[in-house]
Amino acid sequence: MDVIYILWLRQMKRYIRSRSRVLGAIGQPILFLLALGYGLGSVYKRAGQGNFLEFLVPGIIVQTILFSGVFWGIQILFDKRFGFLKEMLVAPVSRFRVLLGNALGGATISFLQGIFVLVISIILGFRPYNWALLPLSLLIILTLCLALTSFGAGLASIVEDFQGFQGINNFIIFPLYFLSGALYPLTNVPTFLRILSEINPLTYCVDAMRYTMINQTHFGITKDLVVIALTVVVCVAFAVNRFNRIQA
Amino acid sequence: MVKTYGDVKAVRDISFAVNAGEIFAFLGPNGAGKSTTISMLTTMLRPTKGKLYLDGHDVEAEQDLARKSFGIVFQDPALEEELTAYENMQIHAVLYGIPKSEQKTRIEELLRLVDLWERKDSFVKTYSGGMRRRLEIARGLLHHPKILFLDEPTLGLDTQTRNLLWDYVKKLSDTEGMTIFFTTHYLDEAEAVADRIAIIDHGKIVADGTAQQLTSQTKTKSLEEAYLKLTGKEVRDETSLSNNGLNVRTARRNQRLR
Repeated sequence: MDVIYILWLRQMKRYIRSRSRVLGAIGQPILFLLALGYGLGSVYKRAGQGNFLEFLVPGIIVQTILFSGVFWGIQILFDKRFGFLKEMLVAPVSRFRVLLGNALGGATISFLQGIFVLVISIILGFRPYNWALLPLSLLIILTLCLALTSFGAGLASIVEDFQGFQGINNFIIFPLYFLSGALYPLTNVPTFLRILSEINPLTYCVDAMRYTMINQTHFGITKDLVVIALTVVVCVAFAVNRFNRIQA
Repeated sequence: MVKTYGDVKAVRDISFAVNAGEIFAFLGPNGAGKSTTISMLTTMLRPTKGKLYLDGHDVEAEQDLARKSFGIVFQDPALEEELTAYENMQIHAVLYGIPKSEQKTRIEELLRLVDLWERKDSFVKTYSGGMRRRLEIARGLLHHPKILFLDEPTLGLDTQTRNLLWDYVKKLSDTEGMTIFFTTHYLDEAEAVADRIAIIDHGKIVADGTAQQLTSQTKTKSLEEAYLKLTGKEVRDETSLSNNGLNVRTARRNQRLR
């Protein structure tokens, strides 16, 4: 417990001390909210779909967690390149605990950023349709944070350098994001897009968030929650498996 | 022990023992297998074949005991730069299960030993190369290891810091009976400090003994001459023909990608 705590604490200290990182990581989603929410809002309204900003908020929260979680994986890459990983790997502590401590730190950071975005949305005028569902929203956010930081840690354990991570970003993260329905509704999309979205676990996360916040759902909350649960299990298993194979 | 990556043989069947309390120098040209050997001894790499024991503990079967028995100063600094020196020491103390009641006094004692106590609350990123090395030594000693590994500890350090470092090391060996295992490219250091020297080349140990034994065996006048006679004069680029021109690092990377 002590070990996990100190590694978690290290992540938190790093985060709190780098203010540019805090600002940078919430700047992007806010830009999306403002530019898309207000920019495309009128088009969306004219199409008879209601308030686009409201529609966008759950998707942007998922986006924040996705990018923050996966980019947190870069931390592991940094540790690998600049040595601190070695210090952790030769210590008389199992790799699982090393991973857990660090990943929980990363997940906490993602969670905080997701909450920042939610708070800012509320300041911008967003209101969840039912406050009683807020705990469920938070639970989904938390689970998602754990899943996506694990995913990031697993990816970082595989790649060797920052260029490799850039490739992953372009070929895995962005497609996952754009195909998740975070920016547009899945009703009436072309079949190929629908199929791609339906095999993307993030779609179900966005859908679940929408259910709890604006009472819209495409798949139904039960199916969403099942997919989210499976996703977190697979991601954690992936991270543990890959991290165990690192040979320094 | 043996370590291979596909066709590339990084370490070819070497076997050696270091006596308790000894200062042991492990020398060899670039790419000879030094780092691979240290990685295996310090549980970061698994040997393809063979057994390793640290302080009597099987490195694979009793990993935690083996890990507790040594401290290491890595070739490249392995510090958390965004934290202070004190915080780095604290993380190490917790990772090695040092009781909370002892942490403070031990950290203070060691930071004073390496003259960093005054700077304990500075971020490591503001430290010079020499200060980082000293901090790493202090950290490596925090859990009272029986064995200290130093992988090219004086690389890039000025003469003052180098002398200081070897003075600490000799003192540790004399007063605490600590076993020291180090690598270096500076043969004068090995000659001055080491009780015993092993030379590794192309993944094999080619000589083993005191500096005097090595010079008399090779009928040379100095350790440097003996070393050059044993390993040849050509410059190494960390690849060798016997490995199909592949460098061990590249081979490792290729294997991991497969």
